Amino acid sequence: MRLRNPFGRKPKEFPSHLWTQCPSCGEMLFNKQLERNHNVCQKCGHHFKLDAAGRVELLADARSFTETDADIVSSDPLGFVDSKPYPERIAAAQAKTGHKDAVLTGDATISAIPIVLAVMDFEFMGGSMGSVVGEKLTRAAERAFAERKPLVIVSASGGARMQEGTIALMQLAKTVAALARLDEARIPFISVLTDPTTGGVLASFASLGDIVLAEPGALIGFSGARVTSETIGEKLPKGFQRAEFLVEHGFVDQVVPRTQLKERIAFFLNAFRIAGQDLRWSL
Amino acid sequence: MLDRIVRTRRAGEGNGHLAIEAGLVTDATQLAAGRPTAWQAVQTARNIARPHAVEIIGRVFDRFQELHGDRAFRDDPAIVGGIAELAGRPVMIVAQQKGASTEENIQRNFGMPYPEGYRKGMRLYRLAEKFHLPLVTLVDTPGAYPGPEAEERGQAEAIASSIQLMTRLATPIVVVVLGEGGSGGALALGVGDVVLALENATYSVISPEGCAAILWRSASEAERAAAAMKLAGPDLLETGVVDALIREPAGGAHTDHDATAAAIKTALIAQVERLARVPIADLLSLRYERFRAFGTIVEPSGGQAPAPPRPWWRRILSSAIRNPTAGGES
Ligand SMILES: [Zn+2]
Ligand SMILES: [Zn+2]
Repeated sequence: MRLRNPFGRKPKEFPSHLWTQCPSCGEMLFNKQLERNHNVCQKCGHHFKLDAAGRVELLADARSFTETDADIVSSDPLGFVDSKPYPERIAAAQAKTGHKDAVLTGDATISAIPIVLAVMDFEFMGGSMGSVVGEKLTRAAERAFAERKPLVIVSASGGARMQEGTIALMQLAKTVAALARLDEARIPFISVLTDPTTGGVLASFASLGDIVLAEPGALIGFSGARVTSETIGEKLPKGFQRAEFLVEHGFVDQVVPRTQLKERIAFFLNAFRIAGQDLRWSL
Repeated sequence: MLDRIVRTRRAGEGNGHLAIEAGLVTDATQLAAGRPTAWQAVQTARNIARPHAVEIIGRVFDRFQELHGDRAFRDDPAIVGGIAELAGRPVMIVAQQKGASTEENIQRNFGMPYPEGYRKGMRLYRLAEKFHLPLVTLVDTPGAYPGPEAEERGQAEAIASSIQLMTRLATPIVVVVLGEGGSGGALALGVGDVVLALENATYSVISPEGCAAILWRSASEAERAAAAMKLAGPDLLETGVVDALIREPAGGAHTDHDATAAAIKTALIAQVERLARVPIADLLSLRYERFRAFGTIVEPSGGQAPAPPRPWWRRILSSAIRNPTAGGES
């Protein structure tokens, strides 16, 4: 309890490029060790955010990931300017993350099972879905359909990208239409919800997995908690819109600690392959 | 037949066959000069005196029989659905209903559906498919209800499932946006073979107030946010989000409910008639392509994935908007 305040002053002997304080238990964690543990606090199990590259490393077999559609970028359809022009926001996010937009897609294997893998990156404009995210996810689903491989999408997103207006909204229909084809072909789709998964992303592909898994404590909801609390004019109960809340209310199958995520996904994919008998998706 | 529908959005020529129906606007230049600002459109779309779904249903269709409930939890008054006749043809109707008074707005939850409202809609979509009834949806909502009970009952899942069901529903679907097309809560009724909108309707990814609060950090910047998001009728025609606009009486739909309903009726009869002649398999693949094509991207490599062929008019349309140099889309 000694370092309860997550924003409290750090003692001098813990420089921040080497150490991170756990906001949950207050423990000072050595960055290198935290990274080795996939950004999970070794002491209390708190899940820090994990970027797209870390996500791929966590889930894909070593050296199995081949990125696809890596160079697609947005074209600013509306000429959108708020306090900054949209292209400047994109450029800043690209510089910060080293990626072109908020999702990485590619082919990989998980415990030797070939899959199509998509991982979202919250660091890129809040993981928001515009034309690029929508296009890459749709292509990922279409490739899974064409090659009869299971699809795994790991979400981390605040929702649709406002800077692309109604065209961003249309990505909800575009992505779920592609998933409908997978569904009809009985090709498995596993949706993994991480902190946070909200708005238009949850109201489209992320909710539609054959299996929906979530990381412990992840914020998952349709409306922002602020909007919801303003709607009723009261504070929301503790744990509202957390992963465990969604399991309790029947919208997530399991809360899975990050370190067990890969083996759990492999378990379900294997089960579906055996249940299918004719190996219809595994070729 | 197939060919004619694919040309729905021939850029620069208007929307081809849709123009034959009197009153439909397929090209923004056909609208009267001095078109309203985005903010004026927002105000008009929200005008409480504007004709709402129940009133439109009463004037456009005959013998409407309302159907209630999602068979799981309750009947949501913000979604009205049922079977009626459109010029003698039985159709299924699913609509969002705002109130015409404060009292009715409270009863209808201001047109903001709960998850069970979307689930009632899905039940009726399936019923339409089962008995080969064309589906007509009327969109008019500020958005899905954002309260805690809605979260507990899976608002996001209900919307996602509803959108997905519409993308593959094996019956013709005509969507008409009457007033506010508020984000995912509107899109849950908004996936169709043809999407029409009243001239002053809006359709947006988030409310102008919500967008302003997040991007400008002040809800009072809603006017600027509305303009930036391009949510008004002529913008929606340009982006292809709607196929055609239905003209409103000169002072706006709220000044003449009869004339508004008559214009909607003319448009619906023609569209349902046309779609009913298209084989379902063609309809479904065209519906897929219609939504598949949304997006404005630049792809320097020209693409690695075997994306399905995209209609040439859509490529031209999406890359020409605002960005004449962005021709690299595949
Ligand atoms: Zn900890
Ligand atoms: Zn009236």
